[in-house]
Amino acid sequence: MAKPYDVGPGDQVHPGNPVTVDRYTTGARINHWITAASLVLLALSGLSLFHPSLFFLTGLFGGGETTRAIHPWIGVVLFFGFLGLFLRFWRANLWKGEDGTWMRRLSDVLRGHEENLPEVGKYNAGQKMVFWLMSVLIITLICSGLVLWDQYFADYTTVGQKRAAVLIHALAAVVIICVWIVHVYAAIWVRGTIRAMVKGSVTGGWAWRHHRKWLRELVTGKRDDKGTGAKPAE
Amino acid sequence: MYPPLPNPSVQPSALQFGPEDLQRRSASSVPAPPRQLTEVAKLIDVSKCIGCKACQVACLEWNDMREEVGVNRGVYDNPHDLTPATFTLMRFTEWENEETGNLEWLIRKDGCMHCADPGCLKACPAPGAIVQYTNGIVDFVHENCIGCGYCVKGCPFNIPRISKVDHKAYKCTLCSDRVAVGQGPACAKACPTQAIVFGPKEDMIKHANARIEDLKSRGFANAGLYDPPGVGGTHVMYVLHHADKPEIYADLPKDPKISPVVELWKGLTKYAGLTAIASFVGLGFLHHVVSGANKVSDEDERNAKKLTENRPGGS
Repeated sequence: MAKPYDVGPGDQVHPGNPVTVDRYTTGARINHWITAASLVLLALSGLSLFHPSLFFLTGLFGGGETTRAIHPWIGVVLFFGFLGLFLRFWRANLWKGEDGTWMRRLSDVLRGHEENLPEVGKYNAGQKMVFWLMSVLIITLICSGLVLWDQYFADYTTVGQKRAAVLIHALAAVVIICVWIVHVYAAIWVRGTIRAMVKGSVTGGWAWRHHRKWLRELVTGKRDDKGTGAKPAE
Repeated sequence: MYPPLPNPSVQPSALQFGPEDLQRRSASSVPAPPRQLTEVAKLIDVSKCIGCKACQVACLEWNDMREEVGVNRGVYDNPHDLTPATFTLMRFTEWENEETGNLEWLIRKDGCMHCADPGCLKACPAPGAIVQYTNGIVDFVHENCIGCGYCVKGCPFNIPRISKVDHKAYKCTLCSDRVAVGQGPACAKACPTQAIVFGPKEDMIKHANARIEDLKSRGFANAGLYDPPGVGGTHVMYVLHHADKPEIYADLPKDPKISPVVELWKGLTKYAGLTAIASFVGLGFLHHVVSGANKVSDEDERNAKKLTENRPGGS
């Protein structure tokens, strides 16, 4: 059977009461939590050097010097961690027709009026924006971060380039922390979401309510959008 | 001639200034200093410099540092740049004066300028790693330095260097340890032509003005003092024979100031960034309070069940 575009490997419906739907494989979850942990550690160590009132956070890492030394290495872990997530999830995060409609009805989203929203696949437009913003920002952060990694790369750039890099790094970091807050908040607000990344599965009701198109695809084993280059089922 | 620095007494002497005289401390605040020390300055008269590098040697010796034996790249600069051990460096420039047709050998002793508005201190994230005394000396406190290199980005003169050994930032201290016991900087002490003099900044300006007058009488119409106002003035000043074009002296900046990029980073970004982060957290709380949790209903579960039971043929 041809795979629908946004049904990931391992996504599967288990009939029962309630119905459960496998959303993330064990590999994807380990990959996610390594990335998540490094993002949190990077935010804490980065913020400690961003504002004097937060310098005390260097204590979590064994002092200012070790914070300075360890931060770039955690960045490397994040980069490769996110690269793994990117390779797993990019296809399901491609922008689709219904995503524009979803974004235009953001006020309905925020009010929880999901009956007014189009049916969406594995990810809604908000999740896709988080995904692509994270992708762009992590590339920005790793590139500007390498310019600032004096221990190994001090000699490759001019002072002017380092100044630009430090400003870009700080701005990108602020934005990514805000994106992260949206990501975490959405997971908390939409109940039943966190178990997707903890147990790997969600309830059928959750999938019906928030990702109905994905659920339909899983059930029928077919793409649910006609005329967008869907492959016929075998 | 400005009176040379006296030889030190052999008796131990009390410190003339200390931590209580700080007017600025990186990433932290200091109590208002109880007194204002006399502002000091080192005056480097480029027109008197013979390029002997005695100052460089004295600096290495006083600070107990060694340079690696380097390679000759066809210029007199040795080493080729400031390093974590070389706090001061003679930079040699061969400049053709188009007005007179003369080749002028310009020798500038490069090093920390001890800005009144120090970019390094502004950029530094480590509390107390960079300090400024009320006498104008800007000093690095290595036990507080974390080696991030932000001072390098903050400095408008490209002075601090990060050691590859202990990953800490180094630069000229204006011999704060010597000045604290009534001495002058080691470089000034060693200079054989009095091209480097040290004393109260006011006296240094007076001395410089006399030198400038003398230079003007010898045909250097644009002779002048380099005490750039863009960084609030400096506590290391130059007498230049061509003060109208400082850039000919191995790229001495004409109007140095802290880079607007650094100002933006350490100013608006710092506050706006934390405000943005706090607002997102606040908005999250507010939204949750107003609209409550987005819960899956029993009806959703029933619909899902219905859908799965009606699946055509299964997979």
